[in-house]
Amino acid sequence: MLQRLRTQRGPQLALLLTLWVVLGRLFAGNWTFPLDRSSLTPFHTWLGNGMDSIDANRNTNPIMSNVVEGIRNGIDGFVAALQNLLSQPPAGHQFPLVGWLGVIAIVTWVVYATANWRVATLAGIGFYALGALGFWTESMDTLALVIAAVVIALIIGIPLGILSGLFPRFEKLMTPFLDFAQVMPTFVYLMPVALFFLIGPASATIVTLIYAIPPALRITAVAIRGVPTVTVEAGTSLGTTRWQLLRKVQLPQAKRTIVVGINQTIMAALSMVTIAALIDAPGLGQVVVQSLQKLDVGTSFQAGLAIVVMAIVLDRATTAAAAKVQRESVQAARTRLRRRLGLGIGFVGVVVAVLVSYFTVFGAQFQGSGFIGLPFADAMQAGADWVQLHWSNATSWYTDLISNWFLNPLQSALVGTPWFLTGAVVLALAYMFGGPRLTAVCALLLAVLVGTGLWSDAMVTLAATFFAAAITIVLGVFFGAWMGRNHRVDSILRPVLDAGQVLPAFVYLVPFLGLFGATRFTAILAAVVYAAPASVKLIADGVRGVPQTIREAALSAGANTWQVITKVELPMARHAIALATNQGLIYVLAMVVVGGLVGAGGLGYLVVAGFAQSSLRGKGMAAGLAIVVLGILIDRITQAASQPRVRASIGNGH
Amino acid sequence: MTTTISVRNLWKVFGPHPEAIVNSPDAMLSRSELRKKTGATAAVRDVSFDVGEGEVFVVMGLSGSGKSTLVRCMTRLIEPTAGEVLIQGEDVLHADGARLREIRRTKFSMVFQHFGLLPHRRVIDNVAFGLEINGIKKDKRYARAEEVVGLVGLQGYEQAYPEQLSGGMQQRVGLARALASDPAVMFFDEPFSALDPLIRRDMQTEVIRLHEEVGKTMVFITHDIHEALRLGDRIAIMRDGGLVQVGTPEELIAQPADDYVANFVLDFPKSHVLTLRWIARPATSDAELQGPALPANMVIRDAARTVLEVDGPVRVMDDGALLGVVSTEEILAVIAGAQG
Repeated sequence: MLQRLRTQRGPQLALLLTLWVVLGRLFAGNWTFPLDRSSLTPFHTWLGNGMDSIDANRNTNPIMSNVVEGIRNGIDGFVAALQNLLSQPPAGHQFPLVGWLGVIAIVTWVVYATANWRVATLAGIGFYALGALGFWTESMDTLALVIAAVVIALIIGIPLGILSGLFPRFEKLMTPFLDFAQVMPTFVYLMPVALFFLIGPASATIVTLIYAIPPALRITAVAIRGVPTVTVEAGTSLGTTRWQLLRKVQLPQAKRTIVVGINQTIMAALSMVTIAALIDAPGLGQVVVQSLQKLDVGTSFQAGLAIVVMAIVLDRATTAAAAKVQRESVQAARTRLRRRLGLGIGFVGVVVAVLVSYFTVFGAQFQGSGFIGLPFADAMQAGADWVQLHWSNATSWYTDLISNWFLNPLQSALVGTPWFLTGAVVLALAYMFGGPRLTAVCALLLAVLVGTGLWSDAMVTLAATFFAAAITIVLGVFFGAWMGRNHRVDSILRPVLDAGQVLPAFVYLVPFLGLFGATRFTAILAAVVYAAPASVKLIADGVRGVPQTIREAALSAGANTWQVITKVELPMARHAIALATNQGLIYVLAMVVVGGLVGAGGLGYLVVAGFAQSSLRGKGMAAGLAIVVLGILIDRITQAASQPRVRASIGNGH
Repeated sequence: MTTTISVRNLWKVFGPHPEAIVNSPDAMLSRSELRKKTGATAAVRDVSFDVGEGEVFVVMGLSGSGKSTLVRCMTRLIEPTAGEVLIQGEDVLHADGARLREIRRTKFSMVFQHFGLLPHRRVIDNVAFGLEINGIKKDKRYARAEEVVGLVGLQGYEQAYPEQLSGGMQQRVGLARALASDPAVMFFDEPFSALDPLIRRDMQTEVIRLHEEVGKTMVFITHDIHEALRLGDRIAIMRDGGLVQVGTPEELIAQPADDYVANFVLDFPKSHVLTLRWIARPATSDAELQGPALPANMVIRDAARTVLEVDGPVRVMDDGALLGVVSTEEILAVIAGAQG
């Protein structure tokens, strides 16, 4: 059954593609909705006017002036309080309340308390490096925002996650929102949020919340559901109340996974806080955005490195904390005593350091700021200049090759084909993979996309997305299969991929900006680097999951390595590959759009332009909407394609 | 003997419209036919039995026969679809939330196949967990926990964490936890299935010993006929959610209700369970009544030596009355017939 359905799809797909190419050629250039960068459709003007009127009524509309402004002031106050502690001197003070010495002491002590002394040392050195790179104040601004967002995200996310874990019905209610928040490229919620909450820390915190709550909620739910049924039954059979069961049985066992969720929340928050620089969030992101826009490779490297350092410290600290939650339970009483003693002594040191940082200039103001950072930035700038001078032949040969043979034909085909033809192909795909319901949903989405008036720009973005995703999948299959069958390769590559996944998305733009300047290749390659880790890991896990006995059966039948890979492992990992394709496309889309910052065209550019020029605000908003529609289209169709319809007909067991 | 547990017409149907299946003609369909027709699965079908005070009642069946669902319905870890469960005369199925918790805290306890220990608590805190739930003060519950820890042979492991113990030791913790609240009834859900055969035997011996010491009423679920025959005062054989036969080990072996039960007990050495009562025959002449007398409830294995040593048959006496005689042929038929 499974086989029959699958083999039917091949010829259908080929026919569809051929029809699209041939007819597209025939009608090339007609009904394509071309639109100049500065031209507006009535819809864009209408959106712009709407946004203007929201601005105008900020103080008169009761909802705006009470609810929205109330939330904004509350969050702003929270962030400002944290900033006063860490980065910005409060009124009447010359320095923030806790100086660099105090902050480093507190961070080291907290990491020691929640993880271990090795990671604590790394954290201390890492935080010192932030100052040495020349960005102490900016780093503390970023940290203040991250703390604010994470605290609120956990306060909201963990209780909702517990509810989702306990009540499947509640989870069903939450799922569409979570899916939506995670599929949507981070870039696009900036403007709507900024519209209501104005640019600044409050908006930055709220966009970060949208991005950081889903992992906290989802992983908490998984953790609660992952508690072995038998322990829940054992607790129940002893007569626990619901509350006792949760507090004494479920939460303690879910703790470790919940800490993993906290790790994900922190990393998501850091990633988003840097991007929120586009709506004037203070901190390291500002430096990166400004230097990217000025094409200042040296400074963008310098600030990018600071973000990387902070990401690594936060990630290592929370990962080690999660590992410790598990180990702690079986620790002997003696080591526990010794630890408590160490913590106590450390705490005295922290108090001293905080006092010193409060009362002395030495402790308050980072000494020798930038003594590593400035030479580093110069070296990177020099390196980039050298590369562009000496390698420009090589890079331009390479970009020409790709442009002429792959990207341009793909882009001109997508842009030049009449919209209804491409739309018909999308609907046909939706029908093939998902049936009438998905087709109806996709028809609606296509109508919205056409309605935004940005069809042509959407196709430019789509071309770059397809191209980058194709590279990502090829890399994914190659390295995934390699990692899946070779433990040594896995143990070398996996930490690199893990590290790659925790870095905030647009740090990836920095090195490619040095190589390719402000071109779409910078965006495409950054997208590949951003998306590849997830794809590679998914496929590697899929290949690893192939039962050893099946592999042995193939080998004993005389299959060679190549045959085992192509005839056993990859086909059996096809669900993982489909999932990797879905994830790859979503990640790539998110990053290609961010590429608008460094000269990539399409929808991303329009969003950035909308931030920069108030006359293009409405158009930027429409571009954001188009990106969302594109993202949902891609996600729904690839997800449907990865779940063969036969599932219903196999029905067995409950 | 007073009745401690009474189960009456208990049903559990999974799937759409479970109430409609109860007592309907559809319920008598085979499992796959019922599923095809209604989309429902009858996991427990019209089960009734009584368990006397201090009795060890074993429910035995293959996987999927509904025995785990049955025990969960009795403790309401799963809500039954219909029927009645009385424990010490109290209707468990109609108890409200608070009363049900009270019953669980005081009247019965349960031992699980995969132990269900809390990994973040030490042995002593696992054992005392039920008491803690019940709001008993720390020193009091620790004193009681120490007591049962001693009872199950776990002295010296109070401060260990479950993952530091072997499977057998972990299940001793599970036993201790169930004993701690001094319940009237203990439910065992295949408690030893996850253990190695040798450990399993040890643990069975442990249960027999505990039963002699504390004399609890026990409901014991297993898929292992040897375990069932070894532990059970009475055994219920379950298939497709219904009871096929309920009886003493002797009755199951001597008079299996159908081929299904007969198949189960096929490999079991009958001489270990059957008593002389089952093979006594009338004497054919006075000469046969000259042999020594043996009690009717003596197991054949134990009687074999005596019967084989004397020349003629032995007399089988039941409370001073002559039940019949047994000679070498009858003994050999049972012992040799065990394989056939």
